[in-house]
Amino acid sequence: MADAREPIVSIRNLFKSYRRGSQIIPVLEDITFDIAEGDFLALMGPSGSGKSTLLNLLAGIDKADSGSIRVGGVEITTLDETELARWRAINVGFIFQFYNLIPVLTAFENVELPLLLTRLSKKERRTHAETALRVVGLADRMDHYPAQLSGGQQQRVAIARAVVTDPAILVADEPTGDLDRQSAAEILNLMERLNRESGKTIIMVTHDPRAAEKAHSIRHLDKGVLTDADR
Amino acid sequence: MRIARLLWRNAFRHRLRTFLTVLGITIAILAFGMLRTVIGAWYAGVDASSASRLVTRNAISLIFPLPISYKDRIRQIEGVKTVSYGNWFGGIYIDEKNFFANFAVDISSYLRLYPEFILSPDQLDAVERDRKGCVAGRKLAERFGWKIGDSIVLKGTIYPGEWEFVLRGIYHGRDKTVDESQMFFHWDYLNETVKKLVPRRADQAGFYMIGVRNPAQAAEIAATIDASFRNSLAETMTETEKAFALGFISMTEAIVIAIRLVSYVVIIIIMAVVANTMAMTARERIGEYAVFKTLGFGGFHIAGLIFGESLLISMTGCVLGAALTYPAAAVFADALSQYFPIFNVEPRTILLDIGAALLVGVVAAVFPAWRAVRIRIAEGLRHLG
Repeated sequence: MADAREPIVSIRNLFKSYRRGSQIIPVLEDITFDIAEGDFLALMGPSGSGKSTLLNLLAGIDKADSGSIRVGGVEITTLDETELARWRAINVGFIFQFYNLIPVLTAFENVELPLLLTRLSKKERRTHAETALRVVGLADRMDHYPAQLSGGQQQRVAIARAVVTDPAILVADEPTGDLDRQSAAEILNLMERLNRESGKTIIMVTHDPRAAEKAHSIRHLDKGVLTDADR
Repeated sequence: MRIARLLWRNAFRHRLRTFLTVLGITIAILAFGMLRTVIGAWYAGVDASSASRLVTRNAISLIFPLPISYKDRIRQIEGVKTVSYGNWFGGIYIDEKNFFANFAVDISSYLRLYPEFILSPDQLDAVERDRKGCVAGRKLAERFGWKIGDSIVLKGTIYPGEWEFVLRGIYHGRDKTVDESQMFFHWDYLNETVKKLVPRRADQAGFYMIGVRNPAQAAEIAATIDASFRNSLAETMTETEKAFALGFISMTEAIVIAIRLVSYVVIIIIMAVVANTMAMTARERIGEYAVFKTLGFGGFHIAGLIFGESLLISMTGCVLGAALTYPAAAVFADALSQYFPIFNVEPRTILLDIGAALLVGVVAAVFPAWRAVRIRIAEGLRHLG
């Protein structure tokens, strides 16, 4: 059944391949699908199926060979590097498998980092970063460096960094892949809460069926081809 | 402010590596500064020369003297204000290693030509009244512990024999570019003694120092002086004091060029060391730069982080190296004062230090920044985890 909500992401006839020497390896072939605003989508598939590549393309950190990607009404395939960087800073929050925090910055400074690209004053940046850390339950750890935090805590800092600019979309690449079961559950609950309470559209690549269970919809990729939605 | 803090923390993330790199830059800047100071010391005589002074010598060579009778003829030339004269004495104090410049000059006129040699009126009066009186520079007097009234004996090399002098005055320089390691005594004392021992060598001056009224007419006056003695037994060559000093330096120009080249090589070597450090650093942080790009930071920001870190490291080394140049130069000047009577670290040398460090910082960051800016985000993120 078609989703009645407006699509925030609209992908049409998307192709992507990589070149290895003289060989061209197709990664994504003729991908067409929509993601509704406020959806929590899980992209699943075996290793090498192209799910991370698809996530990178719709988040604007990689370029497609052909096809269209409209996100929030913007055709991002036509944007140049500078425009894409600006677009990402405003519209997309990133959550990585290995957290990717800057080790020489404290939790607070890591969260504040995306705000340095905005016109916010120092005081406003502080308020925003503290709020984001409070949302993820780490208000009391803001002066800790990543190495002083557990994996789960680091991922929560990464989530705070992803939401601090209040983007419409959160993309998560195996967000629980490096965590123990309990930490993974906490992270998934947090993401679910952000989706439910803040209306964030979440697109998550995962291998973990338990993680996928939290999603509203699941799409499978196999050898670069999108299969039907599970739900 | 946050970016500045990030630069600082990044720069000192690998403390040992950064410490060794900064140490290398410090030593390189110190070596560069010292070599430039040596070059500066070489040219100290040129820098200290006056546009209003001319030097007249024998046209054949400086080792051939000129008749003392030329003094009055030079004085009559239009534009000439003061004429003094003298001879390089080349005396040795106790031992050959105690080298210093010593001249027989007409002290009164000579000191009028050199207002930068400051001598108190009573000391000037004392030396003028004592035929064996001499004047020594402050550094020279300090070097041998001479005091006013001390008897000084020099062993003549050009003029054989033991020559006894009484120290009547100690001059000091008007500023630090003035050579305070020379000794002057009465030309008359030399001439009268020579007249008794070797009459054919008497009444001859090694050089004339001439003060002109208008420095703009110096070239014209020099030509007039030389024309006056053309076709005589001792033709003259007159040039500005600066040209005269440069003539001396040109004899050792190869050494100056070699020192200058070595100073550049030092900078090139440290440039390679810092470039290696920055290349390693940037390679290790490719993933982090990809994260920055993911968050919306552009190539300008990434390049700024790398250039900033490189400049922070190179400028830290520069500050330390430049600061150490002063005590090192003081030790050097003390140890080699007989060869380099003026050995001052000039502001120009510090500016060259800063310029060299900036060049090192920028050049060392070019390739790592270029690589980091160009790398695709997806490729950079694969370096993490």
